[in-house]
Amino acid sequence: MWQTLTEPFQFAFLRHALIVCTVAGALCGLLGVYVTLRGMSYIGHGLSHAIFGGAAICAAIGVNFFIGAGVWGLASGLSVSRVTRRRIIGADAAIGVITTASFAFGIALLGLYSRVKQSIEATVFGSVLGVSRGDVWIIVGVALATAVVIVVFYRPLLFATFDPEVADVFGVSTSRMDALLMLLLSFAILSSMKVLGVTLIAAVLVIPPTVARMLTNSFGRMLVLSTTIGALTGLVGMYLSYHLDIASGPCVVLVNFAVFTVVYAVTGARGHTTAAPGFRRATL
Amino acid sequence: MSRSTTGQRVVSIAPLVRLDDVSYRYPNGPLVLDSINLAVRPGDFTGLVGPSGSGKTTMLQMLLGMAHPVSGAVERQPGLRVGYVPQVESINWNFPVTVFETVLMSSPTKRTWPWASSAEKRRVAEVLGRLGIADLSGRHIRQLSGGQQQRVFIARALFSSPDLLLLDEPTSGVDVRTRHEVLHLLGDLNAEGLAIVLSTHDLNGIAAHLPNVVCLHTRVMGMGTALEVLTPEILELTYGAPMDVLVHAGMPLVVDRRHHSPLTGAS
Repeated sequence: MWQTLTEPFQFAFLRHALIVCTVAGALCGLLGVYVTLRGMSYIGHGLSHAIFGGAAICAAIGVNFFIGAGVWGLASGLSVSRVTRRRIIGADAAIGVITTASFAFGIALLGLYSRVKQSIEATVFGSVLGVSRGDVWIIVGVALATAVVIVVFYRPLLFATFDPEVADVFGVSTSRMDALLMLLLSFAILSSMKVLGVTLIAAVLVIPPTVARMLTNSFGRMLVLSTTIGALTGLVGMYLSYHLDIASGPCVVLVNFAVFTVVYAVTGARGHTTAAPGFRRATL
Repeated sequence: MSRSTTGQRVVSIAPLVRLDDVSYRYPNGPLVLDSINLAVRPGDFTGLVGPSGSGKTTMLQMLLGMAHPVSGAVERQPGLRVGYVPQVESINWNFPVTVFETVLMSSPTKRTWPWASSAEKRRVAEVLGRLGIADLSGRHIRQLSGGQQQRVFIARALFSSPDLLLLDEPTSGVDVRTRHEVLHLLGDLNAEGLAIVLSTHDLNGIAAHLPNVVCLHTRVMGMGTALEVLTPEILELTYGAPMDVLVHAGMPLVVDRRHHSPLTGAS
């Protein structure tokens, strides 16, 4: 048993991968609470695809990936917010238009500059086993910064998520809170994308908070539970990946899904049917 | 709006908010409010009535300071604190918040830590106790009756000790018992000195409970006591439909005018 747990630590890249997967799970679980409660589950999927466009441009023109793709992701997120506020277009359609256009832009660049192909593929599918010490520091830094921001802005973020129109009346700037959340989300996706890949980020953002919502009716407890579930599923997923020799990204998502299935079965049997998040239309 | 619950004129008291010849329109739209003159004074308890789209919500936003007039002026007492209770239909009842967490949202302190201070805990308990729901603090907002849910959002508005409480249709989407409960509670709060303005479609409810009524249809069609304002003439001007008013136990009772069918001759 002890050997099963410690064996992956013999290899530096696996130590890094374990840390990154655990922290990325916790980070996405934490931010996923806001994402799901705002009815924006689709935005995690959309933003990661939008960032793909930014990543392609960075690779093509030789700009730092984090700066270029971060700016691109944030701009896409804010564009979604702006288009949604016009009310004629729903958030789901706005995300569909803007983020797929950005993704298509990335694909077009891929065709024009064949030399960027290799780094783009790593971004799309993730490469958990090629994680460097620098990637560990980046995800830990982003996670700590996010935790500090969530603590400091806990109350205005909660008010703006629960009741955006009334929050403005009580002096909370909902547009600033929306932008702050989009910024955090962009950095979380950027720092997690390398290990989890564009296609798997959405699951890690959505499943832990959905499970947490089934277990509690308190917002504070939901944040703690979702973060913990995200971290544990990331860690267990990586271990399973190593011992079963299955790709790590799908392993993390499948562990999340297994937890969801068990909790849904248990709480469903007790009649906790009012628990699913995201009932309100997106307001961002 | 110059009458207290006792029916006495209190015009000498400085208004909390005064709308002076105020007009408002959304960009490229028609006028929503046209030349409104209105003063809300301490101790006022006023109902805004009018058909959908008559400007009631815009008027509340104007009083809140969330909408700015295209002409005219809004004067607010310096340091005025305004509490606001949204429509119950606009609340996401599946959101994971307890009664305690909901009330704490409007905490006026700029506290950095997410958890409540001892003083905040005492204040939440005090406000919930005042509204008779002290024992519901740990409940999820969905696990409450209609009247209790209204009380939670009134408690959130009262937490910041407002001088003026504004409510957007507190009697819509609730059953008769809850409507009665809410209007009685607001009457008690007003008797303690809180100025209250609410919008509603419930003409008979405000006739029974509120000392002041404003009939609105872009312009102010009538303003005064329910007996003065809820007349067939003013109601037809406001709603564009004929209505009859009966007076029962000194209170006006608004009823639809019976329609005479030209086809059958029956009424």
